[in-house]
Amino acid sequence: MKRADLTLIHDWIPEGAHILDLACGDGTLLAALARDKNVSGYGLEIDPDGITACIARGVNVIEQNLDEGLANFDDDACDLVVMTQALQALRRPDRMLDEMLRVAGEAIITFPNFAYWRHRVHLGIRGYMPVSKSLPHAWYDTPNIHLSTFNDFEQLCRDKGLIIVDREVGIGDHEGHWTSRLWPNLFGEIAIFRVSRG
Amino acid sequence: MPELPRDSVGVVTPQTAHFDDPLDLACGRTLQAYDLVYETYGTLNAERSNAVLICHALSGHHHAAGYHDADERKPGWWDAHIGPGKSIDTDRFFVVSLNNLGGCHGSTGPISRNPESGRQWGPDFPMMTVGDWVHSQARLADRLGIERFAAVIGGSLGGMQVLQWALAYPERIANAGVIAATPKLSAQNIAFNEVARQAIRSDPDFHDGWYAEHGKVPRRGLKLARMVGHITYLSEDAMGHKFGRDLRSDDFNFGYDVEFQVESYLRYQGDTFSNSFDANTYLLMTKALDYFDPAAVHGGDLARALAPAECPFLVVSFTTDWRFPPSRSRELVDALMRAGKAVSYANIDSTHGHDAFLMPEPRYQAVFAAFMSRIARDLGLEDRP
Repeated sequence: MKRADLTLIHDWIPEGAHILDLACGDGTLLAALARDKNVSGYGLEIDPDGITACIARGVNVIEQNLDEGLANFDDDACDLVVMTQALQALRRPDRMLDEMLRVAGEAIITFPNFAYWRHRVHLGIRGYMPVSKSLPHAWYDTPNIHLSTFNDFEQLCRDKGLIIVDREVGIGDHEGHWTSRLWPNLFGEIAIFRVSRG
Repeated sequence: MPELPRDSVGVVTPQTAHFDDPLDLACGRTLQAYDLVYETYGTLNAERSNAVLICHALSGHHHAAGYHDADERKPGWWDAHIGPGKSIDTDRFFVVSLNNLGGCHGSTGPISRNPESGRQWGPDFPMMTVGDWVHSQARLADRLGIERFAAVIGGSLGGMQVLQWALAYPERIANAGVIAATPKLSAQNIAFNEVARQAIRSDPDFHDGWYAEHGKVPRRGLKLARMVGHITYLSEDAMGHKFGRDLRSDDFNFGYDVEFQVESYLRYQGDTFSNSFDANTYLLMTKALDYFDPAAVHGGDLARALAPAECPFLVVSFTTDWRFPPSRSRELVDALMRAGKAVSYANIDSTHGHDAFLMPEPRYQAVFAAFMSRIARDLGLEDRP
């Protein structure tokens, strides 16, 4: 697993957990967790190629649009819900957060930090919508319709009375650099949160 | 002699297995002896681990792939998915496809002779259930020396048999492919079946099912039944694209002969079917559909009903299928997840309605092939037998 956020999540998830991976892509995370940590669970995905890749590697994948919610899952249906790089593409991220912490007591969420300094340079100095490794799309065709920052997400968690168990930054190759640890909202390219019910 | 396509299993010959051990049926009656006609494609490996069972739908039969002779116009009904290099790759898997009991293509059914009476069984042939079929299929597996199927796969009514396999013989099925199916019929599904049955039973040539002894065939009833059924197999879009409001001639005739192309098509389908299918078989198969509901004995709790299942499932639905729409597959998928079973689900974009499960469609084929290649890998079948 190369993606920095996936490596970190891999370490955070306890042995033998039953999890849901929302927008699981090609099933990389679930396959690695099943192999290394005896983790079971389901991935939800709508991308046809992702779904086929999951089936080919034996990862349980369900074709399901996250914007339609998680009503088909019972309260506390699993131990943990993971959502990597998808929250910003949902119609109502706040409602999804509620749903995630209904079906599990704990959630791990990663998203591109809009306040990352390169993004600020794009917008604040050059006057263009940011385009970067974590936000590769142009403004007109981006699926990312609800961009936010470390600060925004923390605010939302506070408003909802959620507990932030862990907060990490992913900046690709420079993950863990002291500047991004000290000032994540400025130097963290990817926000990684572990939250639980209050 | 015309040449057969290279990805065809080629010319196949049906075989018949005779069984003398009585089969107790859900209806309370017993079949003392019976025949099952079946075909096989590919080679059973030395470990006998590469067998795949195909379960057929309402009007299906054992001829799922290949040709009965080189002059046969159309290949078997699932030829799009069974053959060398196809989703169910016969270079890797040994495929078994049978005609279910009560059928009219060679297995014991209403057109067979009842040894007790010396007459044709006719309407006296016992009512079959999906459970009975699966029981008889397991006996065929015994006969072929197959202890455990690498996969049991079926579409529509065939998918229900797959589900039943997972519940009745969890140790004998390694993977389940449930395609365009449902865990139970809806009131609307049963209603359509009842219209089909009434069409047959009210045909003056039906003679309470003893039409053969009267030298008759209830063709009009069968034709109507098939016409109604056929409408439910296609989507509104597919029908619209295929026929629209096209007329056979330039203008209206202001009469009741065929005017619209869709009428011509339905009548043709109905006629063809009524000349090749047995009415008592059709009645019995629709009842088997109606009766299937594994959750019923668990107070309607499908997740509880699924508890015995051990194998991973692949569930596939098609967007324009309104006979067994995606929501019915979702019902099964949600119950499987609730029961903690391994399951993957794909909802394939298709314009073909329920019939989509029979057709080649790139995404459907990709999903199907991914599932089968994962099975081959898990069973170490990468090296072709």
